[in-house]
Amino acid sequence: MTATDARPARAPEAPPGPPGDATPEAILVRGVSLTYGGETPVHALADVDLTVQQGQFASLVGPSGCGKSTLLRVLAGLAPPEAGPGVEVRVDGQDARERPGLAAFKPQRDLLLPWRRTLGNAALGAELSGIPRAQAREQARTLLGRFGLEGFERAWPAQLSGGMRQRLALLRTFLAPRRVLLLDEPFGALDALTRRDMQEWLQEVWTEDQRTALLVTHDVEEALMLSDVVFVMSHRPGRILARIEVDLPRPRGLETTASAEFGALKAEVLRTLAAGRSPGSTQP
Amino acid sequence: MRRWTWRYAPAGVFLLGVVALWQAAVEVFDIQPYLLPGPGRVWTAFLEVRGVLPGHIRTTMTEAVLGLAWACVAGAMTAALLAGFAPLRRAVYPLLVISQNIPMIVMAPLIVVWFGFGIMPKVLVVALIGFFPIVVSTTDGLLRAEGDLVELARSYGAGRLQVLRTILIPSAVPAFFAGLQISATYAVLGAVIAEWVGASSGLGLFITRSQTAFRADRVFVAVVVIAAVSILLFAMVHLAARLAMPWQYAQHTQAGALTETPTRSNASSRKDVR
Ligand SMILES: Nc1ncnc2c1ncn2[C@@H]1O[C@H](COP(=O)(O)OP(=O)(O)O)[C@@H](O)[C@H]1O
Ligand SMILES: [Mg+2]
Repeated sequence: MTATDARPARAPEAPPGPPGDATPEAILVRGVSLTYGGETPVHALADVDLTVQQGQFASLVGPSGCGKSTLLRVLAGLAPPEAGPGVEVRVDGQDARERPGLAAFKPQRDLLLPWRRTLGNAALGAELSGIPRAQAREQARTLLGRFGLEGFERAWPAQLSGGMRQRLALLRTFLAPRRVLLLDEPFGALDALTRRDMQEWLQEVWTEDQRTALLVTHDVEEALMLSDVVFVMSHRPGRILARIEVDLPRPRGLETTASAEFGALKAEVLRTLAAGRSPGSTQP
Repeated sequence: MRRWTWRYAPAGVFLLGVVALWQAAVEVFDIQPYLLPGPGRVWTAFLEVRGVLPGHIRTTMTEAVLGLAWACVAGAMTAALLAGFAPLRRAVYPLLVISQNIPMIVMAPLIVVWFGFGIMPKVLVVALIGFFPIVVSTTDGLLRAEGDLVELARSYGAGRLQVLRTILIPSAVPAFFAGLQISATYAVLGAVIAEWVGASSGLGLFITRSQTAFRADRVFVAVVVIAAVSILLFAMVHLAARLAMPWQYAQHTQAGALTETPTRSNASSRKDVR
């Protein structure tokens, strides 16, 4: 791969697709429930169903504490869901239960390693996936500009701004050779203006990349700006209340948010969210 | 540089005052030099023994550094085992803590009896003294590695060894150096105590000889030299820590506060070493 690659954000050496009868679902969740044990058990997920097609950008919106991060951790193979008949968790066609490493996961916090410089942090996921260290860093270097980190390859994480840290965490995620991205509130901690810039930027990067993405956010406009499909989650225990297709033309920008269709979709999502808030309505 | 000078200036002035007071007291009360020699007399004694001191210093320093090196190797490896295997930790850790109540000054003669009068028993005493702080601190550092970072590594499919290498060990480096700094404080003293029991060279031997000759002035020379050598060793450890943990000492300039769109010019590097 060279620096002049026409699609620079594509993960180099993505693994081959699922063998034979390729399932079109890149992410498949069926009947997933999860209760955190402890002194006061927390029922976080209740019978969650969700599918995301290959190459789609999907978002998961819901009130905070409803189990969005938990669902991503299940997909990342880090949290085992309750066992049961018909329970399925598939990433890229493979069972992801207690099998980490199938998707590239960006946790809610940026979790940069303080002892690695920008390049080292960017290359972490690729390195852990078995790509030789030098090669991983070379790939990271070619993408620094695209992720707005050029000139900072030797900076320590503590020397970067909030926006740069988030972009670096995203670069680390994109560099992992996986076909599914799980992004947990990547812009959560940013101010509104930076956030808007980052959304447009992510849209561009993803368009060049065309990997499947599942983004967690509590920002409805962010979800509508970026996604092909939006899943709305209920209050805890989290269930999927609605699956809303977003058929707006890309690239989406400021004009999109001002359009009538956008407004209608936003109202629909907000209405679903509000309905999910009243306790009585959480029963099917 | 100027800030550095100012920081230590008060301590220097205070030390000079103490030395002056000491000299004055010795002269005013006419204290016998075999009881308490004045600083002037200590200085004269220093000039007398100037020739033999480097040899003794070299011996003691060698023992201290070798002992510390062994303490580091054994301590880090033990810490890795203790952190990795909980049953082992539960079995060994309490004993390790209790072992700290064994007075080394009593053990030193035995160790010398067991291992002879060469350099080896001294190195062993230093290593034994230095081992404990390093094990305790490093084990703690390994166990306290942030769970979220470990999860992040596992989410990329990292196995146990990869997690150890990429997350646990780097997280424990600061704790390791904290332990090493404590060990280094006692290293020279440990070597000197071991030399008291029996040695053919070293600052401990120099002290024993001076005492039997009632040369309190030379004992004071040894005390000052031991302090100086200890400080040197401490500074070496500090330097090693700085080199091993550059991120802890990097300037915390909020780069992004100035530039959301980074400039290409200044920081672009030729080659990333780490
Ligand atoms: N490790 C855990 N142990 C116990 N409870 C947890 C744990 N992680 C999250 N929770 C609880 O589970 C619920 C869902 O959490 P989370 O998935 O992080 O929500 P969200 O990401 O939607 O804000 C919350 O009430 C949270 O307090
Ligand atoms: Mg969350």
